[in-house]
Amino acid sequence: MHGMLNSVDRGTESVITCSPRVEGTRVEGKGTVAGRHVTAMNDNNTRAMWVDHVIRVRDRRDQAAFAELFHHFAPRVKAFLMKSGSDATLAEECSQEVMATLWHKAHMFDPSRASVATWIFTIARNRKIDVLRKQRRPEPEDLPWGPETEPDQEAILSLQQESEQLRRALSGLPDAQRELIERAYFGDLSHSQIAAETGLPLGTIKSRVRLALERLRHAMK
Amino acid sequence: MGTIKHHLTDEILMAYSAGTLPEAFNLMVASHISMCDTCRAAVESYDALGGALLDNRLASVALSTDSLAATMALIAGGDVDPLPTPHRTAGAGVLPTPLQDYVGGDLDAIHLRSVGMGVKQAILKTSDDASARLLFIPAGTAMPDHGHHGLEMTMVLKGAFLDEHDRFGRGDVEIATQETHHTPVADINEDCICLAVTDAPLKFTSLIPKMAQPFLRI
Repeated sequence: MHGMLNSVDRGTESVITCSPRVEGTRVEGKGTVAGRHVTAMNDNNTRAMWVDHVIRVRDRRDQAAFAELFHHFAPRVKAFLMKSGSDATLAEECSQEVMATLWHKAHMFDPSRASVATWIFTIARNRKIDVLRKQRRPEPEDLPWGPETEPDQEAILSLQQESEQLRRALSGLPDAQRELIERAYFGDLSHSQIAAETGLPLGTIKSRVRLALERLRHAMK
Repeated sequence: MGTIKHHLTDEILMAYSAGTLPEAFNLMVASHISMCDTCRAAVESYDALGGALLDNRLASVALSTDSLAATMALIAGGDVDPLPTPHRTAGAGVLPTPLQDYVGGDLDAIHLRSVGMGVKQAILKTSDDASARLLFIPAGTAMPDHGHHGLEMTMVLKGAFLDEHDRFGRGDVEIATQETHHTPVADINEDCICLAVTDAPLKFTSLIPKMAQPFLRI
């Protein structure tokens, strides 16, 4: 199966990829029920990545698990929205809505395709676009979220492990590179706007972002 | 699948994931990755990067004291904010599903208007910070030579076009910036239909198209 952040040849460019379901590469599971196995699995990595918590919310409407997810993620979602230009009141309101969406849509979370943090990020991102930017964000065909078949254990574990690896790789980046990536995601700025704000030449920004992505790719090998 | 040679840039794909693009550009990305597994996988990676940043790098902002209780009350009120409806896998038709949503159907639902020299276009309704339009270029016909103020991306949906450098077939994206002066010509074998998005009005080098520009909105 595809590893996260594999380098893919796209002609002159390469990108990082983490899709376990790129055409023709999906390995079907053995018909296992994800929730039961993940819950039973005594695996610190999966536990640390919050998968169990979402499964408990999905299967048992577990309020204690939800509260833990809430305390970890809601303040981060609020920070993300405020960095994207929201005032505190609106960010608070939207964070609550994002977490309520997690509750209602827990059945759509597919741990073989994304970490919990990634799933929450996409929900928060979509909320940001709706509420703060008042734009539409058309989705592609065959939306990633929403498993058609129950994902198999191996796919879940490797995706979650790769997510943890990516987290560590990100922390290991030089500050100058990581800051530019953070700005691109959380400052709501294009590279040109970052150039204007930081006074760095556009070429420097592009090459730092490129270097950062190269390092991440390398770390994921 | 597998024949697309000209892809979107990392910067655009990352910005789609970060949610910082104007709507017309979002439409381009959604349409392209509906046809291109390579760029779709890249977007999923950038989503993963966003997740890692959210989890790892953001200093938390304190919630209001009754935040969890308020959220539980919100949840008790039922699911009022559905996620975007997932599109089913591509059906028959030339336009990818995200574009069909804007057009209100496939090719025969497009209302094209002539802009001269056999070229026709249909402007799609998006937010004002960038524009999206479908272009119909008769086989063998050249588009007027034009430079660009901003960033323009053109993706082939049917047929093909050639510029000074390369050939672009279905799913291929040509990216032009301020420095680019080019003369795309539709392939002789077939009429060409493209999606073109830009964050600035095009700048035509000959006089008449320049005068016509404000009226034609191209």
